[in-house]
Amino acid sequence: MAEEATKTPKREKIPRQPMPEQEPKVRAKNFDEVPFGYSPETAMKEAERCLQCKKPSCVPGCPVGIDIPGFIKLIKEGEFTQSIRKLWEMNSLPAVCGRVCPQEIQCEGLCIVGKKGDPVAIGNLERFAADWERENGTGALPPKADPTGKKVAVVGSGPAGLTVAGDLIAKGHDVTVFEAFHKPGGVLLYGIPEFRLPKEIVAQEVNFLERLGVKVECNQVVGRTITVDELFEEGYDAVFVGVGAGLPTFLNVPGKNLIGIYSANEYLTRSNLMKAYRFPEYDTPIIRGKNVVTLGAGNVAMDSARTALRLGAEKSRIVYRRSRVEVPARSAEVHHAEEEGVEFFFLAAPTKFIGDDKGRVVGMECLKMELGEPDASGRRRPVAIDGSEFELECDLVIVAVGTGANPLLTRSTEGLELNKWGYIQVEEKTNKTTKKGVWAGGDIVTGSATVILAMGAGRIAANSIHDYLTWGW
Amino acid sequence: MFKIVHREEMSDGTVILNEIEALKIARKAKPGQFVILKANETGERIPLTMAETDPEKGTITIIYQVVGKSTALFKTLQVGDGYQDVIGPLGKPTHIQKLGKVVCVGGGTGIAVLHPITRALKEVGNHVICIIGARSKDLLILEDRMKAASHELLVCTDDGSYGHHGFVTDVLKEVLEREKIDQVVAIGPVPMMKFVSKMTKEYNVRTLVSLNPIMVDGTGMCGGCRVTVGGQTKFACVDGPEFDGHQVDYDELMLRLQAYCEDEKQCYEEFCIMDS
Repeated sequence: MAEEATKTPKREKIPRQPMPEQEPKVRAKNFDEVPFGYSPETAMKEAERCLQCKKPSCVPGCPVGIDIPGFIKLIKEGEFTQSIRKLWEMNSLPAVCGRVCPQEIQCEGLCIVGKKGDPVAIGNLERFAADWERENGTGALPPKADPTGKKVAVVGSGPAGLTVAGDLIAKGHDVTVFEAFHKPGGVLLYGIPEFRLPKEIVAQEVNFLERLGVKVECNQVVGRTITVDELFEEGYDAVFVGVGAGLPTFLNVPGKNLIGIYSANEYLTRSNLMKAYRFPEYDTPIIRGKNVVTLGAGNVAMDSARTALRLGAEKSRIVYRRSRVEVPARSAEVHHAEEEGVEFFFLAAPTKFIGDDKGRVVGMECLKMELGEPDASGRRRPVAIDGSEFELECDLVIVAVGTGANPLLTRSTEGLELNKWGYIQVEEKTNKTTKKGVWAGGDIVTGSATVILAMGAGRIAANSIHDYLTWGW
Repeated sequence: MFKIVHREEMSDGTVILNEIEALKIARKAKPGQFVILKANETGERIPLTMAETDPEKGTITIIYQVVGKSTALFKTLQVGDGYQDVIGPLGKPTHIQKLGKVVCVGGGTGIAVLHPITRALKEVGNHVICIIGARSKDLLILEDRMKAASHELLVCTDDGSYGHHGFVTDVLKEVLEREKIDQVVAIGPVPMMKFVSKMTKEYNVRTLVSLNPIMVDGTGMCGGCRVTVGGQTKFACVDGPEFDGHQVDYDELMLRLQAYCEDEKQCYEEFCIMDS
């Protein structure tokens, strides 16, 4: 008792350990990762702050159900190797999740310590454990069940697909991941920029799964190179579809096809996957605007606006038709963007893009908006203010207003029921589709969401696939 | 790696043929579809419509013109070398049906793309007239194969060094005046497709064109290849690459093809210096 009494106040006095990161002015000009990560000492100190609740409220906030107090306790004790193994029990991609999960609305948002002060930095600790293993670990793999002889095809190597692959390989199934691009990782690779998620880390997470026995086949466009039905003919017992949303939306206003108007998908794919930021060392070019406008205010918009700065923009502005309150991006991303010099224009929407005689965008006409009644999404609908036209000069526009359902796979697969927007219909508790032997999860089911929600969907599907392979549909 | 098993130089070495091992693609591909190729780690993804496929042998054939850094890099690849990545088959296949009399018009490397379509149109029972053109005799490709694939072959050169002296549109006009044509397929440089479409519209003859805009993924994800067709935005990679020639906004397409001309020039010049 005496020991408890002296320990508790000490723990309460430890402040949340800040994450050391690059100076805003410096980092806005390079593609290196923004935060440096915790040192072992800092991580152990932060881990000390965890109350080790008997009934932790953080865990239900985690879409993949990580034993959060468990892995933190091991960090506190300096058992880093054991800590990463604890994470792997529920999460195949801890280095990714520690970096890109919106912890503030998930685990950390529910942390008891956070009720009176700052919550335990669960994300930073997860990242620490994963990075420590990568840099200092033994490389020893977690245990795997005996082979079942069942074959599973995973279509898409994004967060949903990789989670399914990781879960099912551990359960002894033979897993092959099919990726349409020339490298695996999906949105982790083409979408999220290097400065937020280094591609080396994505490669290592995929490599971890490959060492566990997952086969990865790139350049396979399922729906074109091979169809879902042909996968069954080739002997696969189950198919998981996690192809992402990935159909870009453009604004239907005059001038929308001028040169210098990119979808965020194209802009980020050129920069991240094709490494156009290293042009001409890499062959893929990218338009380097001096005066850049990004339309939209989600995480993808923040990534785009911040990439533009790193590609030499003197001005990088975000134009958003709602107000600051409705911004869908993580607050940390907005904060990082503002620190780096991204400017925000709220309550404005473009009505026209203006081009020069070479068909290149030189500006846009906007209207000011005000917020009216809430719409179907529950957010207040922006309404244009008559006569409020104004012009913005710009030489590059990135359209980051969301994506739709890519029909490439769904159109070529008979028996898959879709909803009215073209997303795949699934049974909620299992993520089974209407086609026997086929599951789906991630953005192709929900529309654009987060990495961790896609992983959560992958987890649900993986459990159901395992049940099916064990007991049948 | 996707190995090159056969290679030819045509058109004074400015046009290259590669036959590439790609079993899955060869078994699936249909006339009019394309692949995306990437030579090496730092390479660009380049879309090219297939000129030939051999499902038995498991090979596909591409024919490309050397126009910039990426195609110059492709040119350095010899038999036994290979492409790091080949993705496909992409795009919608040509809708091949018996219509009656069909004219296939090809210019430059567009002739290579036209070849399997011409052959398929003949195989289903159409009477196929083919018109192919080049700047001069030395630059003309696939004359023999096009002759075999059609009932009648008409050749023209801009400088009059071979065949009819003039453009493919001049010869097409004669054919359209001469007989009733049920469909025209035109594949070649954008201005050629533009003027062919303009002419066939006057004669009210349905016309198909195959577009090759700038593209990244080829699966409908980036929207870089968007073209305006009949006032609507279409993605050439998934909605095309073939469209109704009378509906395409060619001027917009020509501008969009110039998006990276400065970057490409810089990249190509540096490559040429290094290569020499």
